[in-house]
Amino acid sequence: MTLSRREILAGTAATAAAATLPAGAAKAQAKRNVLKVVPHANLQILDPIWTTGYISRNHGYMIYDTLFALDNNLKPQPQMVENLDVSADRLKYTMTLRDGLAWHDGTAVTAEDCVASLQRWGKRDGMGQRLFAVTDKLEADGKNTISLTLKRPYGVVLDSIGKISSNVPFMMPKRVAETPADKQIEDTTGSGPFMFNKANWKPGNLAIYEKFKAYAPRKEAVSSAAGGKIAKVDRVEWYTMDANTAMNALMSGEIDYWEQVTPDLIDLVKKAPGVKVENLDPTGNMGWARFNHLVAPTNNPMVRQAIMKACNQEDFLKTAIGNPEYYKVCKSIYPCGTTYETDAGFVNQNVADAKTLLQQSGYKGEELVILQPTDHPVLNPFCQVMAEQLRAIGMNVKLQAMDWSTVLQRRASKDPTDKGGWNMFCTWWIGGDTVNPLTGVGFGATGEKGWFGWASDEQAVKLQDEFANAASPADAKKAATALQERLYANGHYVNMGMFFVPVGYRDNVRGMIKSPVQFFWNMEVV
Amino acid sequence: MWLFILRRVASTVPVMLIVAVVIFAMLRLTPGDPAVVIAGDQATAEQIARIRASLGLDLPIHEQFVTWIVHILQGDLGTSIFTNMPVSTLIGQRLEPTMMLTLTTVIFSVSVAVPLGVWAAWRAGTWTDRLIMMFSVLGFSFPVFVLGYLLIYQFGLTLKWLPTQGYKSPFTDPLGFASTIVMPTITLGMIYIALVTRITRASVLEVLGEDYIRTARAKGQVERKVLFRHALKNAAVPIATIIGIGIALLIGGAVVTETVFNIPGLGRLVVDAILRRDYPIIQGLILVFSFTYIIINMLIDIAYTMLDPRIRY
Repeated sequence: MTLSRREILAGTAATAAAATLPAGAAKAQAKRNVLKVVPHANLQILDPIWTTGYISRNHGYMIYDTLFALDNNLKPQPQMVENLDVSADRLKYTMTLRDGLAWHDGTAVTAEDCVASLQRWGKRDGMGQRLFAVTDKLEADGKNTISLTLKRPYGVVLDSIGKISSNVPFMMPKRVAETPADKQIEDTTGSGPFMFNKANWKPGNLAIYEKFKAYAPRKEAVSSAAGGKIAKVDRVEWYTMDANTAMNALMSGEIDYWEQVTPDLIDLVKKAPGVKVENLDPTGNMGWARFNHLVAPTNNPMVRQAIMKACNQEDFLKTAIGNPEYYKVCKSIYPCGTTYETDAGFVNQNVADAKTLLQQSGYKGEELVILQPTDHPVLNPFCQVMAEQLRAIGMNVKLQAMDWSTVLQRRASKDPTDKGGWNMFCTWWIGGDTVNPLTGVGFGATGEKGWFGWASDEQAVKLQDEFANAASPADAKKAATALQERLYANGHYVNMGMFFVPVGYRDNVRGMIKSPVQFFWNMEVV
Repeated sequence: MWLFILRRVASTVPVMLIVAVVIFAMLRLTPGDPAVVIAGDQATAEQIARIRASLGLDLPIHEQFVTWIVHILQGDLGTSIFTNMPVSTLIGQRLEPTMMLTLTTVIFSVSVAVPLGVWAAWRAGTWTDRLIMMFSVLGFSFPVFVLGYLLIYQFGLTLKWLPTQGYKSPFTDPLGFASTIVMPTITLGMIYIALVTRITRASVLEVLGEDYIRTARAKGQVERKVLFRHALKNAAVPIATIIGIGIALLIGGAVVTETVFNIPGLGRLVVDAILRRDYPIIQGLILVFSFTYIIINMLIDIAYTMLDPRIRY
């Protein structure tokens, strides 16, 4: 048999096509199983108990599991726990673990692991410290049962163990959880739906998570952090890049998902073909301008009141966020739309009253120092608007420009303003951190032992305790409302309103979860 | 020559020591605290103090310095405060992209700039010369990131010829490497081309006025040989100098280029480390950069002897 040149060429082309097609199909198949993401920050710290950084928290959710988790209504639901038994006197909580829970190394999750994990968390986290202050005993009762005995009834046991944001009480193997709380863990073994590929971790560039095939998800439908965590892709890749580069990569289809589209780029991204922009965070972010309660002139409650009266929330939001679709005037210290939302005690803008109050306060034109993080796209304009509003009532404002890292350091100073101290700095909390009087570290008023600004108010502390010990939801609501009134009356901070940072994704990505925290289970690329 | 090389290598020790002292002091004098960044926004002062103590940042500065220097002398650049990974590992992960970007930029730039400079000198005073010099001024004045984003817009988003970001290793994916390195190389090379073109033009122009050039031409030597064999060879020392100095400039430019094109190189590593105050990485990287710079200068000095036999050490 002889073959003509044409036949040989045709055969070669057919062979090449046959070889190419399956390869192409396989490539497409493989591509569907990888979700390429640009997260909101660079993952540098792998221990979500050692730091409160949100990116480490999100990393924690990828690889660890929790005993309880908040659902869409911010109510704690069992996650690793199968059965919960609370004694009639509300002093003993008995939690039985689900069957089939395993660590990434294949060993079974035990109650001892969970006890050690809770103990480590309790040394770091504010809510954890409160819980352990009322804890008499926490022990493993057999392989699968955790027993928590309290000294007195405590109303937010499950809210604490199931808290959604930093520090989240993630469960770790006992050998890992026994690492001192002030030392970073090195072993990333978890029991969550994904496993961390530490060998290929390139900090500042790439973090890879592989599907944990032995993970046994709950049967319930996914609901925020609660419900069945089903990993629908084999691999999630987190790429670190700056905002403009992320935008380009999303538009060109090189990445599938961008966790936080910065306000200035939203309109551009929205116009790109094949790309969608959506707000997935129902509780948004709460803008704060924190007072220093130790240093003049903001150590004077009347000056703080005058400043609050000088401020118009919408001005901050309009300038920093721009598009009303992504901000909300919110007079509550708790995110608007959540259980404890209330307008009680909010200080509305009244420039004439603010000027009068400032005069009555004895303010004599002392310099008011605001720490301005020029590298932050939202906080920088917040500070600039704040300065203008305070100048309008006759205050001598000094904006000190610096990067965010320097703000974090400078705010620790209790010195007077002429020796490196400060009067105000702008910051924000994710809504999930401020949903109740205890989750919000900034709500604390324990003076110099407390959060930066060092507000001191025994009445506020008492109201937080009342909330913690509330016997009914109505009592809890009452205490939360009273706390809000008290914080506004004491000039705790300036509420700069609520804003939302949307996600951007290719239109073939499905299964995003609405939540204050970004989760990657349930997501797929079709 | 060998004595010269030995002497130069030995002289790096005191230079590196001075660099180490300056860097260490500067970092400790600038505001910022890694413990604060680690602790996060919700941490209290007490928690931050505990982290600071666990990292040894509460020790007196001289003690911290001695510990660091002792480790350096043992070949240990330290451990990142944040990632808990050895600095040498982190540098190792990032070395290849930066080296490749620098290499492609130098090759591309020199291949373009030297002929352009020679041509401008040969056509001195003409429109060609003015056009090349205008291009050169433009190259200096065009910000790196603007050019980068323009290229991305045109070739990445509009024409879709090239990926907008990322890096592929030439050892594992040569085609991927070629497609990801083109735009960064052009972006980073623009200033370098401008610099080398100007210096080449000036040097060659000076040599073209020499007697031996006139003699070569009088002998009937073809113009190409006059330019490249006689003029360029004799103008090579200042050109080699500027190429060497330019490599140091490239390291600075790489910071921006790597950010715009998301190349995981040393430039981005140093920026991330500075923003977070990850002292061991910053210190380690600056030592590496300084060492590289010293070595490049030494290589240029050695190159002089090859380019000009009259130079002897």
